[in-house]
Amino acid sequence: MAYPSQLGLQDATSPIMEELMNFHDHTLMIVFLISSLVLYIITLMLTTKLTHTSTMDAQEVETIWTILPAVILILIALPSLRILYMMDEINNPIITVKTMGHQWYWSYEYTDYEDLCFDSYMIPTNDLKPGDLRLLEVDNRMVLPMELPIRMLISSEDVLHSWAVPSLGLKTDAIPGRLNQATISSNRPGLFYGQCSEICGSNHSFMPIVLEMVPMKCFETWSVSMI
Amino acid sequence: MVDAEAQMSAPGEWKTPPFDPRFPNQNQTRNCYQNFLDYHRCLKAMNRRGKNTQPCEYYYRVYHSLCPISWVRERSGGDWVERVVGSDPG
Repeated sequence: MAYPSQLGLQDATSPIMEELMNFHDHTLMIVFLISSLVLYIITLMLTTKLTHTSTMDAQEVETIWTILPAVILILIALPSLRILYMMDEINNPIITVKTMGHQWYWSYEYTDYEDLCFDSYMIPTNDLKPGDLRLLEVDNRMVLPMELPIRMLISSEDVLHSWAVPSLGLKTDAIPGRLNQATISSNRPGLFYGQCSEICGSNHSFMPIVLEMVPMKCFETWSVSMI
Repeated sequence: MVDAEAQMSAPGEWKTPPFDPRFPNQNQTRNCYQNFLDYHRCLKAMNRRGKNTQPCEYYYRVYHSLCPISWVRERSGGDWVERVVGSDPG
């Protein structure tokens, strides 16, 4: 989950998110290098007494500052495309879960076997227990088995919403009349938080998502108890 | 319907709809709709021929897993089924 004064991304929980974090570090390093170079050159330009008023051409430096950015862009594009295709790999999910966005809560449906569906409302601040996270806790968490690929189908019953869980690298729009697919695969058990990511009305900030990743046996016990 | 726990622990049993290469992308709306149509057409064809409708159960399980409950409820109860089953020459 997010923590106060956070600067970077949340800890990765899925293999794709780990790849995205590495890519982010790589690209941000390139950005910092270019920015510091430009800042340095600007400082040099502003603090020199030298002048040169008869420049006619500068073939060499023009060649360099055309080729070098092209190379840098290729160095960014190749890992980016690699991850893009990796996200689209065919995996064989073991379970399908649907989530429908409403104003202003999420509902979850597990219908592979029995019809298990429930709503997930945010717990109001006044009702939080000590240690709970403000604006992030919900009454019914979405429980899933860990370390297995899960197919998520995301849609909406009214307006646009977006189902996002940053530590899994997921953000998928919930569009009424359309069923968007995403794949969840968590490396470890735990609680993973997200928030609605598309403006949807007055309580848009108050419809969080909580995933509880547990071992398969716990998941089976939970699903039987919920039906 | 069978018990969730028994289903999950038995290998070779129904788990979840497999990857369908006809719908490889993010938008799975058509996947849900197509299996819904296929189920009702299969039922209609089997009933017309007086055969067992057990093979149609695959389509039922796929659309039941993929389609949001509210879509199926309104479609099954409303004019969608009549339009699909009634007018479709199958």
